[in-house]
Amino acid sequence: MTLTKKLTLVGCLTALVTGVAVTSAQARDLTIVSWGGNYQDAQKKIYFEPFAKKTGKPVLDESWDGGIGVIAAKIKAGVPNWDVVQVESEELALGCADGYYEKLDWSKLGGKDAYLPAAVSDCGVGAIVWTTALSYDANRLKEAPQSWADFWDTKKFPGKRGFRRGPKYALEFSLMADGVSPADVYKVLNTPEGIDRAFKKLDELKPNIVWWESGAQPLQLLASGEVVMTTAYNGRISGINKTEGKNFKVVWPGSLYAIDSWVIMKGSPNKDAAMDFIAFANVPENQVKLPEYIAYGLPNKAAAAAVPANLQKDLPTAPENLAGAVPLDADFWVDNIEELNKRFNAWLAK
Amino acid sequence: MKAGVLRERSGALLLVLPVLVFMAVFFLWPLWAMVTAAFVDDAVSKVLPRTAASIVSWNGQGVPSEAAHKALVQDLRAATDEQALGEAVRRLNSAASGFRTLLGRTIPAVKAASDPAQVDLLAIDPRWKDTRFWMALKEAMPPYTDRNILAAVDMKRDASGSIVLEAADASAHRLIMLRTLLVAAMVTIACAVIGLPYAMLAASLTGWKRSVLLLAVVLPLWTSLLVRTAAWFILLQNEGLINRALQAIGLIDSPLPLIFNRLGVVIAMTHVLLPFMVLPIYSVILGIPRNLMSAAQSMGAGPVRAFWRVLLPLSLPGLLSGSLLVFMVAIGYYITPALLGGANDQMISSVIAFYATGTANWGLAGALGLMLLGVTTVLYTIYGRFSTSPQVPGA
Repeated sequence: MTLTKKLTLVGCLTALVTGVAVTSAQARDLTIVSWGGNYQDAQKKIYFEPFAKKTGKPVLDESWDGGIGVIAAKIKAGVPNWDVVQVESEELALGCADGYYEKLDWSKLGGKDAYLPAAVSDCGVGAIVWTTALSYDANRLKEAPQSWADFWDTKKFPGKRGFRRGPKYALEFSLMADGVSPADVYKVLNTPEGIDRAFKKLDELKPNIVWWESGAQPLQLLASGEVVMTTAYNGRISGINKTEGKNFKVVWPGSLYAIDSWVIMKGSPNKDAAMDFIAFANVPENQVKLPEYIAYGLPNKAAAAAVPANLQKDLPTAPENLAGAVPLDADFWVDNIEELNKRFNAWLAK
Repeated sequence: MKAGVLRERSGALLLVLPVLVFMAVFFLWPLWAMVTAAFVDDAVSKVLPRTAASIVSWNGQGVPSEAAHKALVQDLRAATDEQALGEAVRRLNSAASGFRTLLGRTIPAVKAASDPAQVDLLAIDPRWKDTRFWMALKEAMPPYTDRNILAAVDMKRDASGSIVLEAADASAHRLIMLRTLLVAAMVTIACAVIGLPYAMLAASLTGWKRSVLLLAVVLPLWTSLLVRTAAWFILLQNEGLINRALQAIGLIDSPLPLIFNRLGVVIAMTHVLLPFMVLPIYSVILGIPRNLMSAAQSMGAGPVRAFWRVLLPLSLPGLLSGSLLVFMVAIGYYITPALLGGANDQMISSVIAFYATGTANWGLAGALGLMLLGVTTVLYTIYGRFSTSPQVPGA
């Protein structure tokens, strides 16, 4: 082969590769990203597949584990390969401030008044209200734990405890175990003494803690009897009770609830379809189907009101469940997560 | 003549071009990106140039002059690039927790003000009289920084600019790094202890027996890491197969703690990494002439002596390269310690992942990555010194 021929070959190959890359970027289907597990299975059934059928275009779905760094990296890389993402409240606040999301068209969503005030932002609309709470297997524990103080009481309830690894949730629950009333948790946590106090309380339980990271792990830990109590996401608890006939219970007083939102990635090539999808997923008739599968609260007021009473009692938004619960303070964690995580790692390593 | 050489050369260059491009794209470029992320620190000075110019003269006592306040207001009003501003905010919040909500409140207020000269930062948020925030601003102005690399080894600069250790309960990167090396070393030793006899056995067998042994090593490589880790989870847990079996035969009364501790991590990682140890040793042993052992015996060495004096030294190159492979792969482990380890078994990759994906602090993630790379390079150099392989006599 002569040099020219070789060069032509290389040129052709390059053209081919770039050609493929360009066309794949243009032709990418609407890509929706959520939290995986039985939650995303439910979303697939009630949002993704019906929307694909309605528009006649395929919808891709992926799952992720959160983190603003993931969003930032995708935005920095140029055209993002995700369109719609379900994010936690911190990622919503951070990404919205940093220009990582498109602004939503609220006229398509039925106006801001149709939603809980906390579920409304320029860049995102609430998808669910979810809770992290003390959970246990009622078939294994004869006496039901009532509070975080019980969670810390290893004499009364011998055995290991499951905790999400990281300072978020662990510090709030420690303070409540130490006697801080739910309403004052963030007031105390906002002082250096409060943080010391939380870590000190956490010290007591440290030898008995099994740390988990992804939302499916605590269910496994409870099911296998590895832990007697764990923090867990309420929707997954009711989900596994339904699908696997478990008798896991959630302790609502002292639980922390938060709102997850739908956002559109800045520069998404499917921006319009993304907006249409979010609108579709927030129509009350569609949103109301969610609690049948998984016990998350609905930020759309009309949808929340339409949930049947027998499902209502398991939702974080039920008045009796909300009574002793604390809303997660996204601002506190946006400010402090890095410093506290560093300290948390140092504390773990001690 | 000359033209011919030139053509030949360029032809050869073209042939190695894919390798060079590959190296540049997948090795040099990421490395360079990591270095720049760790040391370049222009996110703040780019967005706040006037503040940068005005805060230089501030001595770090109390609060800077009115001129610095004015400059900051002007800069914030002029900042239109949301993403650049966001990066600056992230950088500042990482130096002083609370900066994010402080600026989150200040920026809209400053932008909404009709007359920038009338804006009073202290009226917008009283935290502006806190020296801590102004100090973080001043420190963020130089275009290059060593703060990330210092933070990676638990150090920082104090108010006077000298390098000091961070408080013991504030940061534990060094400890986690040491732990990473320790776990990797334990896994390497475990792999060597199991892998060497295994490879020797496989090499000494023939036919289907050898195939079965090799298949048993290679097969797990085709299974996803996550699946293998999950399988160990099922085996090792308190009510898992191993504990149940031991209890059933009456060896133990209460379950052995096999999971959520160092033991579980080492067991699972050893299993996952064993092929990297067995295969190099196996290939080296295959290359050893089989008659050497008989020769040793014919010269009076018993089987044990022949093993120590002949077979082991000759298989050492395989053992060394296997150990290096296992160690290098092991120090990057993340999923297995996260799923099977306890609080004190998390390795440095999980910390890097936290900064990279969790808070987008790519500077610190890059610095920790560089530290890992540095340690690996040092170890590799040491390995290079020791691994001048003994030659097979006569070969």
